[in-house]
Amino acid sequence: MSSARTAPTSLAKTLSDLQVGWGQRELWGHLGWQDIRQRYRRSLLGPIWITISMAVTAIALGILYAGLFGNSLAEQLPYILVGFIVWGFIAGCINEGSEVFIANEGLIKHLPSPISVHVYRLVWRQVLFFLHNLLVYAVMLLVFPQPLTWRSLAAIPAFALLVANGAWVALLAGIVSTRFRDLTPITQSIVQLMFFMTPIVWIYEDFLNNPNPTIAERARLAEFNPFLHFIEIIRSPMLGADQNLRHWVVVGVITVVGWVMTLVVMRRYRARVAYWV
Amino acid sequence: MVSITTRDASVDFPIFDAKSRSLKKTVLGLVGGNIASDAKVPVIQALHDVTVDLQHGARVGLVGHNGAGKSTLLRLLAGIYEPTRGSALVEGKVAPVFDLGVGMDPEISGYENILIRGLFLGMTRKQMEARVDDIAEFTELGDFLSMPLRTYSTGMRVRLALGVVTSIDPEILLLDEGIGAVDAAFLEKARGRLSDLVERAGLLVFASHSDEFLRQLCTSAIWMEHGQIRQQGSLKEVLRAYKGPDAWPDEAHGAA
Repeated sequence: MSSARTAPTSLAKTLSDLQVGWGQRELWGHLGWQDIRQRYRRSLLGPIWITISMAVTAIALGILYAGLFGNSLAEQLPYILVGFIVWGFIAGCINEGSEVFIANEGLIKHLPSPISVHVYRLVWRQVLFFLHNLLVYAVMLLVFPQPLTWRSLAAIPAFALLVANGAWVALLAGIVSTRFRDLTPITQSIVQLMFFMTPIVWIYEDFLNNPNPTIAERARLAEFNPFLHFIEIIRSPMLGADQNLRHWVVVGVITVVGWVMTLVVMRRYRARVAYWV
Repeated sequence: MVSITTRDASVDFPIFDAKSRSLKKTVLGLVGGNIASDAKVPVIQALHDVTVDLQHGARVGLVGHNGAGKSTLLRLLAGIYEPTRGSALVEGKVAPVFDLGVGMDPEISGYENILIRGLFLGMTRKQMEARVDDIAEFTELGDFLSMPLRTYSTGMRVRLALGVVTSIDPEILLLDEGIGAVDAAFLEKARGRLSDLVERAGLLVFASHSDEFLRQLCTSAIWMEHGQIRQQGSLKEVLRAYKGPDAWPDEAHGAA
């Protein structure tokens, strides 16, 4: 590895960190797999436990909320399942992102690698979790067939956008919470709260169309929740529902603003991470 | 071209603790008035105005007391710490060997650890697969290599780590001391490999308290004291200044 004679806070060094880190795919790709196999190493079923626990949670929540809201299971269960899978990815990136450099203190202090390596490893691990959970989705399609069309393929670019956002969120949360350790528990509490405020177990459209205008009005507030838009761009195509350009626009704007913000922070504080861990 | 150059490089660590960040102290500071400038986060100056110029072929020993800044200097030279002031330019692929345990995973087998540790040191998977047999033979661990690392004794772990480390082809090799805890016969074997490794490396910096090791591997030396370079020069000069004339038995009496 080489470093230029430029100041540590140059944009070129930040971009080179991201680029060199990307080049070390063999390392973080292997480590990401390792993390997953590791977690289930001494268990009989191994990583299939990811899939099973997702299935159990989604089925239980599906039955519970179908009963509470008076919806049919065929409507409620797929909605919760897909929302839950996407949420798992989002929450994983944010929660683990806020600890990503703290958890890798040993590696950061002993090996000169770009800080982005640790973030790529984290996001890759979350992608692998997501793929394991897709198995549950596949089984669900057999039990509760959805009106999928070729437009459902929009879920693929939508997921790519989600991954791109997961990377900046983990980088930003990682850098900031390495400096201010209080932010890790705060972040995790907020993420938990957001789970309830995001339409995952409750069906957004049902409340928008509620005969009680006050409730419909309140439900509309969910539009201010950025997570709603991320969930919608993936969930709608995966359930063959109508897709709304609005959500894509919001997600696109967040992606650009988020990365710009992260690059600014990273440019200023990237070299400090090794000092702070 | 392999080289490391630093110019007036300083490494300052901010020391964050609960106290310096507590609200109470901040408020009291405001009431008291003029402490604002002192109330900032305390800083430890680990390295101060370090200027070195190491070129291809350099074999540098680092000497100095505990806490003199040897390890921090190694990390600066590795590019792990970018200097808070001054500049540091590292050209070449760095293989830092500071801690034999880092990057080792107790739950996976010895073979897998060889691969991962190699990837961490900048090797590719292919390169490591080509080296596995050689490493296995060197470590004499036999069937144990298929067992999880947690079943290994400390000495066995050191063998594995040394086996990997000495198998790579680094451009810049940074060694921190403390490569002990192996039985004498094995150490003799490791020593041979270690010198081979050093031969292959374009540039070596080695921090050690052992005069014998230093004489074996290095030609020049840097003496660190209180985070500054006290002296730079040939190993003989520096060792004599650092430890007294006895450290280097005068060759005038003995050999030609």
